[in-house]
Amino acid sequence: MLWSDFERFGRIFDPWREFERMSRAVARGTSPSAVEFPAVNIWVSGNDAIVTAEIPGVAPNSIDISVIGNSLTLRGSRQPEALKEGEAYHRRERWQGEFTKTVDLPFAIDANKVEASFSRGVLQITLPRAEADKPKKIAVKSA
Amino acid sequence: MPDMAKDIQKKEAESPERGERTRTRRVYTPVVDIIERKDDIIVIADMPGVDEKSVDITIEKNVLTISGAVEAVIPENRTMYVNEYGIGDYQRVFTLTDEVDKEKIQASVKNGMLKIVLPKAEALKTRKIAVKTEA
Repeated sequence: MLWSDFERFGRIFDPWREFERMSRAVARGTSPSAVEFPAVNIWVSGNDAIVTAEIPGVAPNSIDISVIGNSLTLRGSRQPEALKEGEAYHRRERWQGEFTKTVDLPFAIDANKVEASFSRGVLQITLPRAEADKPKKIAVKSA
Repeated sequence: MPDMAKDIQKKEAESPERGERTRTRRVYTPVVDIIERKDDIIVIADMPGVDEKSVDITIEKNVLTISGAVEAVIPENRTMYVNEYGIGDYQRVFTLTDEVDKEKIQASVKNGMLKIVLPKAEALKTRKIAVKTEA
Protein backbone atom coordinates (compact mmCIF):
# COMPACT_ATOMS: atom_id res chain seq x y z
CA MET A 1 0.00 0.00 0.00
CA LEU A 2 1.17 3.51 -0.77
CA TRP A 3 1.56 6.23 1.74
CA SER A 4 3.43 9.44 1.35
CA ASP A 5 5.38 11.89 3.40
CA PHE A 6 3.09 14.63 2.19
CA GLU A 7 0.94 13.96 5.25
CA ARG A 8 3.45 15.76 7.39
CA PHE A 9 2.52 19.05 5.69
CA GLY A 10 -0.53 19.19 7.85
CA ARG A 11 -4.28 19.24 7.62
CA ILE A 12 -4.91 21.44 4.63
CA PHE A 13 -8.17 20.42 3.01
CA ASP A 14 -7.39 18.33 0.01
CA PRO A 15 -10.27 16.95 -2.07
CA TRP A 16 -8.12 14.11 -3.31
CA ARG A 17 -7.30 13.04 0.23
CA GLU A 18 -10.93 13.29 1.13
CA PHE A 19 -11.74 10.99 -1.79
CA GLU A 20 -9.05 8.57 -0.64
CA ARG A 21 -10.47 8.61 2.86
CA MET A 22 -13.91 7.77 1.52
CA SER A 23 -12.68 4.97 -0.71
CA ARG A 24 -10.87 3.50 2.29
CA ALA A 25 -14.09 3.66 4.25
CA VAL A 26 -15.77 1.70 1.45
CA ALA A 27 -12.89 -0.79 1.36
CA ARG A 28 -13.35 -1.35 5.07
CA GLY A 29 -16.89 -2.46 4.27
CA THR A 30 -15.53 -5.68 2.83
CA SER A 31 -15.00 -7.91 5.80
CA PRO A 32 -11.42 -9.09 6.32
CA SER A 33 -10.86 -12.77 5.62
CA ALA A 34 -9.61 -15.35 8.09
CA VAL A 35 -6.29 -14.44 9.66
CA GLU A 36 -3.83 -15.89 12.09
CA PHE A 37 -4.58 -15.18 15.77
CA PRO A 38 -4.42 -12.44 16.98
CA ALA A 39 -5.96 -10.18 14.34
CA VAL A 40 -4.09 -6.89 13.97
CA ASN A 41 -4.78 -3.50 12.48
CA ILE A 42 -1.94 -1.19 11.53
CA TRP A 43 -2.00 2.53 10.87
CA VAL A 44 1.07 4.40 9.64
CA SER A 45 2.24 7.97 9.24
CA GLY A 46 5.61 9.33 8.17
CA ASN A 47 6.85 9.22 11.76
CA ASP A 48 5.36 6.17 13.39
CA ALA A 49 3.07 3.18 13.19
CA ILE A 50 0.28 2.15 15.52
CA VAL A 51 -0.53 -1.53 15.79
CA THR A 52 -3.63 -2.77 17.58
CA ALA A 53 -4.43 -6.41 18.27
CA GLU A 54 -7.47 -8.08 19.78
CA ILE A 55 -6.21 -10.51 22.42
CA PRO A 56 -9.07 -10.88 24.89
CA GLY A 57 -8.75 -13.01 27.99
CA VAL A 58 -4.99 -12.82 28.50
CA ALA A 59 -3.09 -11.03 31.24
CA PRO A 60 -1.36 -7.85 30.00
CA ASN A 61 2.06 -8.95 31.26
CA SER A 62 1.88 -12.32 29.54
CA ILE A 63 2.16 -10.83 26.07
CA ASP A 64 5.69 -10.78 24.72
CA ILE A 65 6.44 -8.00 22.24
CA SER A 66 9.68 -7.86 20.30
CA VAL A 67 10.90 -5.60 17.52
CA ILE A 68 13.72 -6.18 15.09
CA GLY A 69 14.40 -3.96 12.07
CA ASN A 70 11.01 -3.37 10.54
CA SER A 71 9.20 -6.37 11.96
CA LEU A 72 7.14 -6.72 15.10
CA THR A 73 6.50 -10.06 16.80
CA LEU A 74 3.77 -10.82 19.32
CA ARG A 75 3.97 -13.96 21.42
CA GLY A 76 1.71 -15.37 24.05
CA SER A 77 -0.76 -18.04 24.84
CA ARG A 78 -4.38 -18.46 25.70
CA GLN A 79 -5.05 -21.58 27.66
CA PRO A 80 -8.34 -23.48 27.78
CA GLU A 81 -10.28 -23.70 31.02
CA ALA A 82 -9.11 -26.57 33.15
CA LEU A 83 -11.93 -29.07 33.17
CA LYS A 84 -12.65 -31.30 36.11
CA GLU A 85 -14.24 -34.68 35.94
CA GLY A 86 -17.79 -34.54 34.66
CA GLU A 87 -17.31 -31.15 33.00
CA ALA A 88 -17.63 -30.83 29.26
CA TYR A 89 -17.52 -28.29 26.46
CA HIS A 90 -20.84 -27.70 24.72
CA ARG A 91 -19.33 -25.17 22.38
CA ARG A 92 -15.74 -24.34 21.75
CA GLU A 93 -15.39 -21.45 19.34
CA ARG A 94 -12.69 -19.38 21.01
CA TRP A 95 -9.18 -19.78 19.70
CA GLN A 96 -6.81 -21.33 22.21
CA GLY A 97 -3.16 -22.22 22.24
CA GLU A 98 0.20 -20.57 21.83
CA PHE A 99 0.61 -17.86 19.25
CA THR A 100 3.50 -16.17 17.48
CA LYS A 101 2.61 -13.50 15.00
CA THR A 102 5.03 -11.36 13.04
CA VAL A 103 4.00 -8.34 11.03
CA ASP A 104 6.21 -6.26 8.75
CA LEU A 105 6.03 -2.49 8.86
CA PRO A 106 6.91 -0.22 5.95
CA PHE A 107 9.94 1.24 7.76
CA ALA A 108 12.58 0.44 10.39
CA ILE A 109 11.54 0.91 14.03
CA ASP A 110 13.36 2.61 16.87
CA ALA A 111 13.08 -0.32 19.26
CA ASN A 112 13.98 1.78 22.32
CA LYS A 113 10.98 4.05 21.92
CA VAL A 114 8.26 1.47 21.40
CA GLU A 115 5.34 1.87 23.79
CA ALA A 116 2.55 -0.60 24.44
CA SER A 117 -0.68 -0.53 26.41
CA PHE A 118 -3.34 -3.14 26.98
CA SER A 119 -6.91 -2.31 27.79
CA ARG A 120 -10.14 -4.33 27.58
CA GLY A 121 -8.41 -7.09 25.67
CA VAL A 122 -7.02 -4.76 23.04
CA LEU A 123 -3.27 -4.31 22.74
CA GLN A 124 -2.03 -1.03 21.28
CA ILE A 125 1.60 -0.53 20.32
CA THR A 126 3.13 2.72 19.11
CA LEU A 127 6.28 2.16 17.07
CA PRO A 128 8.27 5.27 16.17
CA ARG A 129 10.19 5.21 12.92
CA ALA A 130 13.97 5.00 13.35
CA GLU A 131 15.66 8.38 12.81
CA ALA A 132 18.13 6.82 10.38
CA ASP A 133 15.24 5.56 8.28
CA LYS A 134 13.47 8.90 7.97
CA PRO A 135 13.73 10.71 4.67
CA LYS A 136 16.27 13.52 4.63
CA LYS A 137 15.41 16.92 3.35
CA ILE A 138 18.02 18.27 1.03
CA ALA A 139 18.31 22.00 0.79
CA VAL A 140 18.90 23.26 -2.70
CA LYS A 141 21.43 26.04 -2.80
CA SER A 142 21.35 28.65 -5.48
CA ALA A 143 24.60 28.86 -7.33
CA MET B 1 -1.44 -28.26 15.66
CA PRO B 2 -1.91 -27.61 11.92
CA ASP B 3 -1.54 -24.03 10.72
CA MET B 4 -5.14 -23.83 9.63
CA ALA B 5 -6.24 -24.12 13.22
CA LYS B 6 -4.62 -20.77 13.96
CA ASP B 7 -6.89 -18.91 11.62
CA ILE B 8 -9.60 -16.81 13.14
CA GLN B 9 -12.21 -14.56 11.64
CA LYS B 10 -14.36 -11.97 13.31
CA LYS B 11 -17.83 -12.57 11.94
CA GLU B 12 -20.45 -9.97 11.53
CA ALA B 13 -23.88 -10.77 12.92
CA GLU B 14 -26.00 -11.95 10.03
CA SER B 15 -29.11 -10.01 10.90
CA PRO B 16 -29.69 -7.55 13.67
CA GLU B 17 -31.30 -9.38 16.51
CA ARG B 18 -34.68 -8.10 17.64
CA GLY B 19 -35.30 -5.37 15.14
CA GLU B 20 -33.27 -2.49 13.89
CA ARG B 21 -30.64 -0.75 15.90
CA THR B 22 -30.43 2.96 16.50
CA ARG B 23 -26.66 3.06 16.25
CA THR B 24 -25.36 2.64 12.73
CA ARG B 25 -22.52 0.43 13.79
CA ARG B 26 -21.26 -2.90 12.66
CA VAL B 27 -22.39 -5.70 14.89
CA TYR B 28 -20.23 -8.75 15.42
CA THR B 29 -21.07 -12.14 16.81
CA PRO B 30 -18.74 -12.81 19.72
CA VAL B 31 -17.18 -16.27 19.72
CA VAL B 32 -18.09 -18.27 22.81
CA ASP B 33 -17.09 -21.31 24.78
CA ILE B 34 -19.83 -23.01 26.74
CA ILE B 35 -18.86 -25.40 29.48
CA GLU B 36 -21.24 -27.51 31.48
CA ARG B 37 -20.16 -28.19 35.04
CA LYS B 38 -21.82 -30.09 37.84
CA ASP B 39 -23.77 -27.17 39.31
CA ASP B 40 -23.67 -24.58 36.57
CA ILE B 41 -23.09 -23.74 32.93
CA ILE B 42 -20.39 -21.24 32.01
CA VAL B 43 -20.51 -19.03 28.95
CA ILE B 44 -17.23 -17.34 28.01
CA ALA B 45 -17.36 -14.74 25.23
CA ASP B 46 -14.53 -12.87 23.56
CA MET B 47 -15.54 -9.22 23.39
CA PRO B 48 -12.40 -7.16 22.95
CA GLY B 49 -13.00 -3.46 23.55
CA VAL B 50 -15.78 -4.06 26.07
CA ASP B 51 -15.64 -3.41 29.82
CA GLU B 52 -18.09 -3.86 32.68
CA LYS B 53 -19.81 -0.55 31.87
CA SER B 54 -20.36 -1.19 28.19
CA VAL B 55 -21.60 -4.76 28.40
CA ASP B 56 -25.28 -5.49 28.73
CA ILE B 57 -26.84 -8.80 29.65
CA THR B 58 -30.59 -9.24 29.64
CA ILE B 59 -32.88 -12.15 30.26
CA GLU B 60 -36.39 -12.05 28.97
CA LYS B 61 -38.36 -15.21 29.45
CA ASN B 62 -35.87 -17.82 28.29
CA VAL B 63 -33.80 -15.61 26.05
CA LEU B 64 -30.38 -14.51 27.19
CA THR B 65 -29.00 -11.58 25.21
CA ILE B 66 -25.40 -10.49 25.44
CA SER B 67 -24.52 -7.15 23.93
CA GLY B 68 -21.52 -4.90 24.16
CA ALA B 69 -20.86 -1.41 22.87
CA VAL B 70 -17.39 -0.61 21.59
CA GLU B 71 -16.02 2.86 21.01
CA ALA B 72 -13.69 2.54 18.05
CA VAL B 73 -10.36 4.23 18.55
CA ILE B 74 -9.05 5.30 15.16
CA PRO B 75 -5.60 6.90 15.32
CA GLU B 76 -5.64 10.38 13.77
CA ASN B 77 -3.51 11.56 10.86
CA ARG B 78 -2.54 8.05 9.92
CA THR B 79 -3.28 5.83 6.98
CA MET B 80 -4.57 2.32 7.40
CA TYR B 81 -1.84 -0.09 6.37
CA VAL B 82 -3.16 -3.49 7.49
CA ASN B 83 -6.78 -4.27 8.31
CA GLU B 84 -7.39 -7.72 9.74
CA TYR B 85 -10.38 -7.03 11.93
CA GLY B 86 -13.33 -4.72 12.02
CA ILE B 87 -14.46 -2.78 15.04
CA GLY B 88 -18.06 -2.68 16.13
CA ASP B 89 -20.56 -3.68 18.75
CA TYR B 90 -21.30 -7.24 19.80
CA GLN B 91 -24.55 -9.09 20.12
CA ARG B 92 -25.51 -12.70 20.57
CA VAL B 93 -28.69 -14.36 21.74
CA PHE B 94 -29.07 -17.71 23.47
CA THR B 95 -32.19 -19.59 24.43
CA LEU B 96 -31.99 -21.03 27.90
CA THR B 97 -33.69 -24.16 29.05
CA ASP B 98 -35.68 -24.36 32.26
CA GLU B 99 -32.77 -25.93 34.04
CA VAL B 100 -31.13 -22.53 34.62
CA ASP B 101 -31.87 -20.61 37.82
CA LYS B 102 -32.32 -17.18 36.27
CA GLU B 103 -32.25 -15.36 39.60
CA LYS B 104 -28.72 -16.38 40.35
CA ILE B 105 -26.92 -15.64 37.10
CA GLN B 106 -23.59 -13.90 37.59
CA ALA B 107 -21.38 -12.17 35.07
CA SER B 108 -17.96 -10.59 35.03
CA VAL B 109 -15.72 -8.95 32.44
CA LYS B 110 -11.94 -9.03 32.48
CA ASN B 111 -9.50 -8.10 29.73
CA GLY B 112 -12.26 -7.99 27.14
CA MET B 113 -13.56 -11.44 28.05
CA LEU B 114 -17.07 -11.90 29.40
CA LYS B 115 -17.80 -14.79 31.72
CA ILE B 116 -21.37 -15.68 32.64
CA VAL B 117 -22.18 -18.31 35.24
CA LEU B 118 -25.62 -19.84 34.85
CA PRO B 119 -26.40 -21.90 37.95
CA LYS B 120 -28.55 -24.95 37.44
CA ALA B 121 -31.90 -24.99 39.18
CA GLU B 122 -31.80 -26.89 42.47
CA ALA B 123 -34.19 -29.59 41.35
CA LEU B 124 -32.10 -30.45 38.35
CA LYS B 125 -28.68 -30.63 39.87
CA THR B 126 -27.19 -34.01 39.43
CA ARG B 127 -27.09 -35.69 42.77
CA LYS B 128 -24.77 -38.41 43.70
CA ILE B 129 -26.43 -41.12 45.68
CA ALA B 130 -24.17 -42.92 47.99
CA VAL B 131 -24.66 -46.63 47.85
CA LYS B 132 -24.24 -48.33 51.13
CA THR B 133 -23.32 -51.91 51.56
CA GLU B 134 -25.94 -53.88 53.39
CA ALA B 135 -24.87 -54.99 56.78
